Amino acid sequence: MSPFLFWIFALMMLIFGVAVIINRNPVASALSLVVSFLALAALFISLDAYFVGIIQVLVYAGAIMVLFLFIIMLLDLRAEELRKINWVASAGGVAVALALTVQIFSVVGSFQVAKQPFPPLARSTSDDVHRIGFLLFGNYNLPFQIIGIVILVATIGVVILSRRETR
Amino acid sequence: MITLGDYLIVSGILFAIGFAGVMLRRNIIIILMALELMLNAANLSLVAFSRFHVDPSGVPNYNAQVFVFFIITVAAAEVSVGLAIVVALFRLRRTTNVEDISSLKF
Repeated sequence: MSPFLFWIFALMMLIFGVAVIINRNPVASALSLVVSFLALAALFISLDAYFVGIIQVLVYAGAIMVLFLFIIMLLDLRAEELRKINWVASAGGVAVALALTVQIFSVVGSFQVAKQPFPPLARSTSDDVHRIGFLLFGNYNLPFQIIGIVILVATIGVVILSRRETR
Repeated sequence: MITLGDYLIVSGILFAIGFAGVMLRRNIIIILMALELMLNAANLSLVAFSRFHVDPSGVPNYNAQVFVFFIITVAAAEVSVGLAIVVALFRLRRTTNVEDISSLKF
């Protein structure tokens, strides 16, 4: 991946990520989040993680964001009216986020390993679905089954939560 | 040349954006979206480390990618339950603003 494409997609991801939190209209926020996730999927593919990139597009940009948009339209949310902003709380939030960014810059800057380029891969490593599948059903078989139970519990929980009370 | 540090910095900035979103916004649905941004920042740094840690046979470390798979699954479950709670709350209170929902506040 050329550095140019990396910076294009990284900037796209960050700019639309900021757009998610500054838009007043929830639908615009959700659509910005879709674009941010698509750029993130491009970054995954630039790291030769084809399976994760495709899962990102299918599950996040496809399923989860459609769920968000569906709920926003179901609740019929309008753009928020301007409320009195609590300046102390907002300044605190921005200050903590900035401190986190500065901290990450200083830690990554003093981390010698992070200055090396990525080592080259062998030619025949495009079969990552195959390898991830073997790991998933071999080493990680128990966590895989537990995650299935988590999904089942979430499904039942959603049905019970959204059921209308019948008395 | 793109290094591991570039990916880590981009991932850290994305995490900070999501964190600022959780702190600043008062709409529950936007807060859930910002949580998704933070989870994805963690995924990006995991995949970058996976690509960086290459075996002598030239294969990246796929354990991290399996971990990303699990994170995506848990995030899907979390979002579906969270949005169901938002819908139930909206039925009761007609609002999605966290400042209007303060019955449990000390």
